[in-house]
Amino acid sequence: MSNILELHNLKKYYATQKAVEDISFSIEKGSIFGLLGPNGAGKTTLLRMITGIFYPDSGQIQFDGKTFDPLNDIIKIGYMPEERGLYKKMKIGEQALYLAQLKGLSRNDAMEKIKFWFKRLEMESWWNKKVEDLSKGMSQKLQFVITVLHEPKLIILDEPFSGLDPLNASLIKDEIYGLAQRGSTIIFSTHRMEQVEEICDHIVLMNLGQKVLDGTVAQIKQQFKENKFGIKLSEVPASIHANCFDVAEQKANALTVKIKEGYKSNDVLQYFLQQNLNIESFHEILPSLNEIFINLVDGTKATTRAFQPVNN
Amino acid sequence: MNKTLLIIQREYLTRVKNKRFVLTTILMPLLIVALIAGTTFLSIKGKDEHKIAVIDNNGFFKDNLKSSKDLSFEFPVGVDTSNYLTKGYTDIILMPKFDGTQKMNYTIRSKKSLSMINEGKITDRINAAIEDNMLQTAGIHKSQLDSIHKQSQFAELSAVEENGKGTQESNSALSYGIGFGSGMLIYITMFIYGAMVMRGVMEEKTNRIAEVMVSSVKPFQLMSGKIIGIGAVGLTQFFMWIILIIGLSTAAQAFIPHDVMEQVKTLQQANGQMPGGGMMKASDAAEQIYKVQHTISTANWPVIIGCFIFYFFGGYLFYAALFAAVGSVVNEDPQDAQSLMLPVTMPIIFSFIIMTNAVQDPSTPMAVWASIIPFSSPMVMMARIAYGIPGTVPYWQLGLSMLSLIGGFLFTTWLSGKIYRTGILMYGKKVSWKEMGKWAFRKN
Repeated sequence: MSNILELHNLKKYYATQKAVEDISFSIEKGSIFGLLGPNGAGKTTLLRMITGIFYPDSGQIQFDGKTFDPLNDIIKIGYMPEERGLYKKMKIGEQALYLAQLKGLSRNDAMEKIKFWFKRLEMESWWNKKVEDLSKGMSQKLQFVITVLHEPKLIILDEPFSGLDPLNASLIKDEIYGLAQRGSTIIFSTHRMEQVEEICDHIVLMNLGQKVLDGTVAQIKQQFKENKFGIKLSEVPASIHANCFDVAEQKANALTVKIKEGYKSNDVLQYFLQQNLNIESFHEILPSLNEIFINLVDGTKATTRAFQPVNN
Repeated sequence: MNKTLLIIQREYLTRVKNKRFVLTTILMPLLIVALIAGTTFLSIKGKDEHKIAVIDNNGFFKDNLKSSKDLSFEFPVGVDTSNYLTKGYTDIILMPKFDGTQKMNYTIRSKKSLSMINEGKITDRINAAIEDNMLQTAGIHKSQLDSIHKQSQFAELSAVEENGKGTQESNSALSYGIGFGSGMLIYITMFIYGAMVMRGVMEEKTNRIAEVMVSSVKPFQLMSGKIIGIGAVGLTQFFMWIILIIGLSTAAQAFIPHDVMEQVKTLQQANGQMPGGGMMKASDAAEQIYKVQHTISTANWPVIIGCFIFYFFGGYLFYAALFAAVGSVVNEDPQDAQSLMLPVTMPIIFSFIIMTNAVQDPSTPMAVWASIIPFSSPMVMMARIAYGIPGTVPYWQLGLSMLSLIGGFLFTTWLSGKIYRTGILMYGKKVSWKEMGKWAFRKN
């Protein structure tokens, strides 16, 4: 499968900060891609370059096999920024129509698509309401519709679930899956790890303007596994002394063990079998993305990213 | 459809469809008419009348001091500075003996202080009385003098100006009115529509829609669409006002015969010059109307209206771009807007002051240069154009002024576009002038 987007050595410096420093990665067509990072990591700047709002200081963007041309490619991109906004005094139907036309749809096309989406998300009765009459969740839904309305090849969602109740969040989530199945590629920027784990195929973790991690969720988990296993016994002996592992944690009759260098999981099982203990369950404990994230980002002072002069 | 066109359309329609727009468009001319009528009414009714007791022990001024409606002179007996108020006088003048050779001081006492105008008038009356007295001493009979006074109001200055081939009638009062009126109108609209542009930009920024917008259109398209859209709203409002004024004045003409006759009647009573008779009055009314129409027709309306539209739009574009730039750097705090607006509003106010001078004397170097520099040219040039092209304003000045205004708004639009592009996506930070300068002049 080919790549919808390839970034090569992108750089963007502000007066006091290296917002994005030498970032390269690529995104497969039809995948759901997670762009992660703590606040101020440079995600928004990167997304603004991908959407053509900013020009990179250096580096290249390949979009759909060609050099990215913001003027013409903009219709193939749908961007829902973190800072959401709509014209408060404008009627919802008119607003959707206006924004769709600005994307480059003809009036009739836009109308048809708005009707389709409004019907699909049960928003038909909103047409003549104003945005100021909507609740936060409702306007979030509207914003989502406006973003995906023109069926862009690349959909960029910055924190799409913030402010949504679980019901609406799962509704939007289903739509995201649906869009991906129909061939759209989705970039999903967030710092909510549990959502990423659930939705994304591929992730990139950014910190301090640089790429820290790049890979599929499964790969990354494998990469950061700490050889921990969970084991549940029907009866726990008073003391466990094994050469092959240490007990990291014990809760009632469930143990978390860390296997020592040079041993395998079977060695652990063998130990308990030899002790004639009844094993109820045994499973590998992979680190959550959250833990990986905290491990990687913690200690880099990312939360208090200092301003430093930029020497070009 | 072209994206800028779509933006213009939205900016235009949302404002024109607004109830407030319809209301102000209709109410504004009525308000102006009411204002003019109100001030005229007050200036007629509200004049304070002075009943002045003249203590003239020598009898020198007797019969020679002319009274009028608001200044009446009486020569009562037994009135002095201690009791003039209780006897019903507002002021008292003590006349010293006049020897006819040197300047004299007259003292006028009153409870309220006299206005400058009234002081001048009283001095004039006294001087006129002295003059009359001297003429009589020189042997001119009182009745002769009276008839000379009555008949000598002949001079009516009718100015004509060189016009290349021949001469053209000019009317400085009309020129003043047109110059001041159009300058004022441009001044007001710059503020109203400039502020409208600024608020529109601020709205987009605080509503956080700016980023959604700039992911589909270029910031420059967004800015210029807004500026042009709001400018079109302004023009629409003007045209509606013109239609309203024409409509109102045609409607008013239905009432003219009666009205004018009333006016003429009071005029005649005040002057007491016209001999009586219904036929005479009617023809005089016609004469009045003819005079007004004739005066209005002396102005070169096509040129004035053409220039007005040019300078209105040029001036608007020049300043609206700057207002847009200010709007884009303002955060939620409206007080920021106040202080950031100051450098934009200052030149407007300053130009207004120059305009009020230029309309009195349109050929001073200050007026000439201010009418060429684009910061002030919309207002100042309109004040000068009313006095005539090419008499007061040579063609080269007009051409230079127009070119520099076009160059000026292209420059401010370019400059503001650069500030706007960065400012509109900048949140939470107060932007300094230095930073704005950096945004404006950095490359790419």
